[in-house]
Amino acid sequence: MARKPEIAADTRPWRDPSAKPFVRIRDVTKKFGDVAAVWNVSLDIYRTELFCLLGGSGSGKSTLLRMLAGFEEPTSGTIEIDGQDMSGVPPYNRPVNMMFQSYALFPHMSVEQNIAYGLKRDRLPRGEINDRVAELLSLVKLEDYGPRKPHQLSGGQRQRVALARALAKRPKLLLLDEPLGALDKKLREETQFELVKIQESLGVTFIVVTHDQEEAMTLATRIGVMNQGEIAMIGEPTDIYEFPNSRFVAGFIGSVNMVEGVVTEDEPDHVRIRSAELGCDIYVAHGVDCAPDQILWWAIRPEKMQLSREKPEASHDANVTSGVVEEIGYLGDMSVYQIALDSGKRIRVSQTNTVRGNPDAITWEEKVYVSWGDNAGSVLTV
Amino acid sequence: MRRGWFLPITTALGFGFLYGPILSLVIFSFNENRLVTVWSGFSLKWYGELFRDPQMLSAAWLSLQIAAVSATIALVLGTLCAVALVRFKKFRGRTALAGMSSAPLVMPDVITGLSLLLLFVAMESLLGWPRGRGSLTITIAHATFCLAYVCVVVQSRLVDLDLSLEEAAMDLGATPVRVFFDITLPIIAPALISGWLLAFTLSLDDLVIASFVSGPGSSTLPMVIFSKIRLGVSPDVNALATIIIGVVSLGVIAATLLQMRRPATKQGRG
Repeated sequence: MARKPEIAADTRPWRDPSAKPFVRIRDVTKKFGDVAAVWNVSLDIYRTELFCLLGGSGSGKSTLLRMLAGFEEPTSGTIEIDGQDMSGVPPYNRPVNMMFQSYALFPHMSVEQNIAYGLKRDRLPRGEINDRVAELLSLVKLEDYGPRKPHQLSGGQRQRVALARALAKRPKLLLLDEPLGALDKKLREETQFELVKIQESLGVTFIVVTHDQEEAMTLATRIGVMNQGEIAMIGEPTDIYEFPNSRFVAGFIGSVNMVEGVVTEDEPDHVRIRSAELGCDIYVAHGVDCAPDQILWWAIRPEKMQLSREKPEASHDANVTSGVVEEIGYLGDMSVYQIALDSGKRIRVSQTNTVRGNPDAITWEEKVYVSWGDNAGSVLTV
Repeated sequence: MRRGWFLPITTALGFGFLYGPILSLVIFSFNENRLVTVWSGFSLKWYGELFRDPQMLSAAWLSLQIAAVSATIALVLGTLCAVALVRFKKFRGRTALAGMSSAPLVMPDVITGLSLLLLFVAMESLLGWPRGRGSLTITIAHATFCLAYVCVVVQSRLVDLDLSLEEAAMDLGATPVRVFFDITLPIIAPALISGWLLAFTLSLDDLVIASFVSGPGSSTLPMVIFSKIRLGVSPDVNALATIIIGVVSLGVIAATLLQMRRPATKQGRG
């Protein structure tokens, strides 16, 4: 798995309100006819970030990327890159390069010519171009492949050529459209690692578009989740996963159990939610911006819950419910249990398999208690 | 599986049907006899006769010139037309252009020829150009109807061309004109070559339109052959046809070899 940048204040400029963003997207809307592909998006991206735009198909993430590259003009709003307003600037005059999903390698040119293409457009001297091409080929570990044509390369090699070509002009900002989408799973994991390493060593700002949440989680310093043309949430991977701001984000990233409930106690230091679906009260050990009797949702990840045969001690008379094991999915490192609660609601609970070949493991049709901590779930109002 | 007799025989019949006439033409071009259909011995005399026939030679030379020029004009205009139709999705008169550019494909030659003749006559009386009818009007007429064929061939290739290739070039700093010459043109080159060859052949082959728009002293090869045959088939036409077949075959073989040397210009997957 890819290593993330060191966690230190200076590597997380988005936490510093005085930091100057490198890419500033303000109220950008893009309409195709009457359909808004991107709706009112505002986004700041900082230097050397690896920012992931995550969303399903048709969420507007690719359109946003194409607007950064200059292939589409925003219908309204502004895009600034490095303090420079980009409106009206054609793609060939932007300090930005893009790696295409299909790689878009020029089929009639060799690998070297592909990489050198952008440098030739800058009219660099021949010697310098050759040096730069050699340097890039060794960066992507394709030293011996310079004279080959794209169709003589494997998918992974093509991906690396596309990356080298996009990096050749030393852009300040690199846009990557589903960079790993066309690779198989094993190659994808290796390449993720390479990509982060290259990004760190060159100090380029990356904006990556992906629909693969796992990829976004491993690569990104921050993730922007998009839904129907709008940004649903921006945050570090842990924020997105542990503290989703809406039902959409909670459901989109990872698996989650979501239940509806009614607020019965609303105190500054805790909230009590009654959930008929869950068959018990939920005690949340922090204040929530809500009103008594308000209907809201509570989301919890499968791994944040515990299973037991004996009824656990219930503090505050909440956070424990019971049900019957219906299905077990054994994944090796852990098992996923589908529990049918007494109310008929099905929830998923995952448990790490800490004991080897455990003969005493919870099994099918067993009655179990499900419990969780005071802060294990997220209260969602939208 | 054991092969029966059916497949070989139908194959032989098919090939015979396709190549029989050509083969008999080639063979009879070496016939010694005056009568085209009676074999009396091997001879090269009709080839000698051919090269002593100034009318035939000048007609052949004129046809080649017209074919080359009109194919080149058709290639340039047809390619521009195809680019406009494929790349610019919306512009005023798009439907009209699309319709008009493919009209000559379905229009009978007689009508194309007649309408062009009327156009040339009207233009001459209004503008004073083109003065009279001759090789110039034939060239214009051929370029006009060949344009449609080039446009269709190039269009189908352009539709297949991955737009992101052009975008990638632009992203790397190439202006749109540069992109066209660096990326688009080399990738659609095979279509351009075959479009040009198609136009060349069509022009060389055309009798009807040329008959309408030609003037005195500008008879193309098909016109000369046709007028000769009305007086009885002379064997030197066979000789000429054999030479043309030889040249065309060489061209086709060269083009095929060229295509094989630069494999799969389209980016494969996997």
